[in-house]
Amino acid sequence: MIPACRLSDLPRGEAIRLDIDPPVSVFHTDDGEVFAIDDTCTHQDASLADGWLEGCEVECPLHASKFDLRTGAVDAPPAKLPVRTHEVVVEDGMIYVKVSTDAPNLPPCVAARLAGGPA
Amino acid sequence: MRTVAVVGASLAGLSAARSLRKQGYDGRLVVIGDELHRPYDRPPLSKEFLSGVLGESDLALETDGEDLRAEWLLGTRAVGLDARERTVRLADGGSVRADGIVIATGAAARQLPGSEGLAGVHVLRTLDDARALRDELAGGGRLVVIGGGFIGAEVASTAFALGLDVTVVEAAPTPLAGPLGEEMGRIVSALHTDHGVRLLCGVGVKGLSGEARVDAVLLEDGRTIPADIVVVGVGARPCVEWLEGSGIALDNGVQCGADGRTSLAGVVAVGDCASWYDPRAGHHRRVEHWTGAQERPAAAVATLLAGGAVEPGVPRPPYFWSDQYGVKIQFAGHAAGADSVTIEQGAADDRDVLAVYRRAGHPVAVLGMNQPRLFTRWRKQLAATP
Repeated sequence: MIPACRLSDLPRGEAIRLDIDPPVSVFHTDDGEVFAIDDTCTHQDASLADGWLEGCEVECPLHASKFDLRTGAVDAPPAKLPVRTHEVVVEDGMIYVKVSTDAPNLPPCVAARLAGGPA
Repeated sequence: MRTVAVVGASLAGLSAARSLRKQGYDGRLVVIGDELHRPYDRPPLSKEFLSGVLGESDLALETDGEDLRAEWLLGTRAVGLDARERTVRLADGGSVRADGIVIATGAAARQLPGSEGLAGVHVLRTLDDARALRDELAGGGRLVVIGGGFIGAEVASTAFALGLDVTVVEAAPTPLAGPLGEEMGRIVSALHTDHGVRLLCGVGVKGLSGEARVDAVLLEDGRTIPADIVVVGVGARPCVEWLEGSGIALDNGVQCGADGRTSLAGVVAVGDCASWYDPRAGHHRRVEHWTGAQERPAAAVATLLAGGAVEPGVPRPPYFWSDQYGVKIQFAGHAAGADSVTIEQGAADDRDVLAVYRRAGHPVAVLGMNQPRLFTRWRKQLAATP
C-alpha cells in the first residue's frame, strides 16, 4: 500500500496526484468519501486531479470526459475506456492506496511513451 | 410516446439518443444522418487526425458494444418537416413519422463564393473533408488559410508541423477578437508568428486565381499570395434550410427555450443548429461548441419526454478548447460583455496565461493557455455564479 497523505491535509472537493508510474489521483468528495483512480485521462494526456470534481464524478480538465470515481466508468465522451480504480484505506488519519494489478487504460500517446516508442 | 426521430447523427444527435435511453424511453428510436459514417468526433479533424496521429477508428464516438436499439438511417438527408403530420421527409423519398422529434442537423462550413470546382480549395467540417485535406497536405507546398478563427488556426498549426509553408489571411484587424476580445485575440494569434507562419490581418480576400487548380489567393489590397492549397475557414451556417415552411421559428438556427423546446410541441433542437435562450445573457445564442452539443441534449430530451413540463436549469457557461502549436487554449464564458481583462497567472510573452474577464468587477469569462488546473477552477467558479 502506498501512503498518499493525511486525510486532514486533503480538504473535501480537492484531489492529490501521486507521482508513481502511471500516476494515481486521490479525490476527497464533498460528501467526505475518498476514491483513487488512475490520474491520466484515457482519451488524451491530461491529469484528472486537475479536473472538475462534482459528486462522485470527475470531469477531465481538457475535453470534458467524465468518469465515475466509484467504478471508473465513462459517464461522458470523448473518452471511451474506463479509468482503473484503486482501493483506498484510511488508517489512523492516513490515506493509503492499494494500486490495482489490472492493466491501465492509458491514452495512445502516453502508452506509446511508456513502451519506449515515439510519443 | 412510441416513436422518436433524432435528425442528425453527430455528437448532438448521439447524445440525444443516449439521453433518451438513459432517461427511460423504451420506444422506437430512429436516427437520421446525412453522412454515411457512424457518429464520429470532429475536434481531432483539424488536429490529430489531420496530422496522422489518429486514424478513423480512433474518431468513433460510440463505445465497443454500445447498442442504443436505434434504427440508423445513414447517408439520408432530411429535406422537410411536416409539423401537422409529425413527419420528417427524406431526400430518398421516404419519410419517418414520429411522436417526438429531436433536431440536431448541425452546421455546414461556409464556402468562398466562386471557389466551387477549383481543385486545391478545401473547407473542413466533415470526415470526408478532413480525408481530402490530409491527402493534399501530405504533398507539402504552400498553404494559404483564409480565416484566422479556430478552425483556420488549428489547420495552420497542424500544416506547419507537417512542414508546409503557411500563410493565414484574416479580414478583421485582430483574429479571434469575437470569441476572445481584442487583447487576448492578439496574444493567442501571435502563436502563428512565433512559429514563422505569416499572419496577414485587416485585409479581405478578393478571389482565387487558377484554371483547374488554385494557384494564388488575391487580396483586396492588390497583393497576390501564391498557393498550392487553400483552406477556407470562414465560419459555419446552421443547417436549417430543410425546416423552412414547416412553421418552426427560425432565427439564425432553430429558436429554442432554455430547455431546448422549439415553437412546435413535441419538437426540440440541440447542437450547432439550435439557438437556445441563454438566461445569463438574457437573449438567444447559437453556440457551436462541442461541449454544448454533448451536454444540452439531456435537458432537451427531458423536456421532450415530459411534454415540456420541466423547469429549465441554468446551463454551464459555454466552454471550448483549441490546441495550436503545442499550446492548450481553453475558454469559458462570454468575452463580449467584459469591461476588463486581467492576466492573473503567467505571462503573455511566455504564451502561458490565465486571464479573467470581468464586467463591473464580476468574472464573466476565463481564458487559459497551458493552464488546465487553474482554468478548471475558474470555470467551476463561473458556473457557480449566476
